Amino acid sequence: MLETHDSVTEETQQQRSDSKVEREFTVKERSQWRMAGRRFVKHRAAVVSVVVFILLVLFAFVGQKIWHYKYDGAFLPVDEINQGPSLKHPFGTSTEYDQMALIMRGTQQSLKVAFIIALGGTGAGAIWGVVSGFFGGFIDSALMRFADLALTIPALALAGALARRGGGKLWIIGLVLAAVSAPYVARVVRGVVLSLREREFIEAARALGASNTRIMVRHLLPNTIPVLIVNATLLIAAGILLETALSYVGFGIQSPDTSLGLLIVQAQGAVDTRPWLFYFPGIFIILIALTVNFIGDGLRDALDPRQTRERR
Amino acid sequence: MLVFVIRRVLISIPVLIASTVVTFLIVKLSGDPLTPLKQRQSTASPEAKARFIQQETHRLWLDRSWPTQYWHWITNILFHNNWGEQVVGHDNIRTDVFTALWVTTRLVFFSVVIALVLAVVTGVVSAVKQYSITDYTTTFFGFVFLSMPTFWFAILLKQAGIWVNDKTGSHIFATIDQPDSWISPGQLVGHVLLPTIVLGLVGYAAWSRFTRASMLEVLNSDYVRLARSKGLKPRTVLVRHALRTALIPLTTVTALDIAALLGGAIVTETVFNWHGMGYLFVVSLRAIDFNVMLGWLLVTATIVILFNLVADILYGVLDPRIRHA
Repeated sequence: MLETHDSVTEETQQQRSDSKVEREFTVKERSQWRMAGRRFVKHRAAVVSVVVFILLVLFAFVGQKIWHYKYDGAFLPVDEINQGPSLKHPFGTSTEYDQMALIMRGTQQSLKVAFIIALGGTGAGAIWGVVSGFFGGFIDSALMRFADLALTIPALALAGALARRGGGKLWIIGLVLAAVSAPYVARVVRGVVLSLREREFIEAARALGASNTRIMVRHLLPNTIPVLIVNATLLIAAGILLETALSYVGFGIQSPDTSLGLLIVQAQGAVDTRPWLFYFPGIFIILIALTVNFIGDGLRDALDPRQTRERR
Repeated sequence: MLVFVIRRVLISIPVLIASTVVTFLIVKLSGDPLTPLKQRQSTASPEAKARFIQQETHRLWLDRSWPTQYWHWITNILFHNNWGEQVVGHDNIRTDVFTALWVTTRLVFFSVVIALVLAVVTGVVSAVKQYSITDYTTTFFGFVFLSMPTFWFAILLKQAGIWVNDKTGSHIFATIDQPDSWISPGQLVGHVLLPTIVLGLVGYAAWSRFTRASMLEVLNSDYVRLARSKGLKPRTVLVRHALRTALIPLTTVTALDIAALLGGAIVTETVFNWHGMGYLFVVSLRAIDFNVMLGWLLVTATIVILFNLVADILYGVLDPRIRHA
C-alpha cells in the first residue's frame, strides 16, 4: 500500500530541510487496522458517538462513586421527595431516592447486561458458526437447522420463559439474552467461514499439517473478527432494548436493584404528574442504543469497505 | 418450479416437529406451574392440601415423565383437537389462542403494510440522493427509531393521544382495548392508529435501512450503468431496472421479521391493553399456565415457519438463480 498524498509531502518536506534526500518518498507499511482506523475517523457520527458513549460509561461507573446520593439505603427527607429537576437533584427525585443516582445505577446495570450479551452472544455464535461452516456436511446442517429452530420462537417470549426462573439476577438475564442472540451471530459467521474455507491460505495451512482445531482457531477465527466486532456492537444496542422489554413484561431486573427499563416501568403511571421520572431513563436508553448503533455503523464502514461507497 | 416448492414444503415439516419438542422443553424449564398453589396459605389441613396438590398434579399429567407428557400433549392436539387444560380456569385453550391471534393479526397486518410502503419510499429516496440532507435526516431518524424502547415510545404516544382527546373534548383516539369487530371504519382508525404506529416504527426503521443498502448496491452495478448509457429515462432505470432487483432481498427480510414483530406485539399490546397474542403470553407466563404457553408457541412457530416457507418460495419465483441452484 502506497502513502497517501498528505503524508508524502510531509515526509519530503522534512527530508528536504534535512538536505540529505536519498529517495523522493519513503514507503511506510500501514497495517489493516491502521487503515480501518482512518476510515472510522471519517465517519463523523461514529466518532462523536464514541465520545458520548465513553462519557455514559464514566457517568454510570465513576459517577456513582462521586455523586453523594445513593440509589438504595436511607430514603430522602420528606421535603425533598417527588421534586422536579433542580440544582440539588438535576433529574428530580422519586418518592424515595434521587433520580440521578437511580439513573446512574440503572445505566450501570443495563450496560453490564448489554456487555454480557455482546460477549456471550458473539462468543458462542462465533464458535457455532466457525464449526458449522468449517466442517460442512451433516454437522453444518444439524447446527444450522438448530439455529433456524431457535429463530422460530419470538426472542422476547423465549427470553421471558427462560429468565422467569432467574428471579431477576443480572447475569442470568444477560446469559439468557446472549443465548437468544447467538443463532443470529452463528448464521453470519458461518457465511463468512464458508467463503474463507475455500481460500488458498487454508489449503496452505492444511498442507503444512495443521490440525482442524488449529485451522479453526488460528486461521478462521481471526479472519472473522471484523464481522464479530460489528455484530457485537449491534448486540449491545439490541440487548439494552431487549432488557427493557423484559423488564416491562416483568421478568427483568427486580427492585431494590434497578435498570433503565425497570425505572421506566415504575414511572409509567407518573408520566403526567412526575414526567422527569419517565423521560430521563428513556433518554438514556436512546442515548446508549443510538451511540452504539452509530459506532457499529462506523465500524462496518471501516472494517468492511466493500459495503459502502467512499464517504465524501 | 413445482419440485422446488414441494422440496421446501417437505423440509419445513421436520422443522415444525423439532420446534414442538424445543418449545415443550422451554416451557418445562420455565418453572413449576403449581408453585402458587403450594405456597398458598390456607385454612385447610395439611393433609387435605397435600391431597389437593396430588390431584392437581395428576390432572395436569405432571406426575408422568416428560416424554409421556409431550406425547400426550401432541397427540391430543393432532387427533382429538384438544389443546389441554388450564392450570387455573376452564377456558378452551384453542379458542383463546385463535381469538387472540385474530386481534394481533389485524394489528400486525396494518403495521406491516404501512411500514413497508414508507420504508421502500424513504429507502429509495435516500439511496438515490446518497449523502444529501434528506439521506442524512432519514438515516438519523432511522437510527433513533431503532434505538427507542418500544414501550417507552408507546406510553409516550398513548399520553399524546389522551392529551389530544382532552383538548378536543372528544374521543378521537382509543388508548386502551382492542376494537370490537362491528365498529365503524372511522372508529377503527382511531382505535388501531396508535398501536399500529408503535409496532410499525421498528419494522420501518430496519426495512428502510435495508432498502437503502440494497438499492445502493444495485445502483452501482454494471447493468444499471448499461441501462443508463443506453439512454433510458432515469425514471425507467430506477423503477423497472433497479428497484425490482433491489426489492427481492426485502421480501425475505420482511418474512423473517415476522417473529420479531410478534415479539414487539407483546409489548405494544400490553401498553394499549389489547387482549391479543402478546397479552395472552404474558399472562400465561406469569402463571406458568403451561398448556396455554405450549399452544401459543405452537401457533407462533407455525406462523414463522410458514412465513419462512413463503419467503423461500417467493425468492425462487422472483430470482430464477435460486430455484435452479
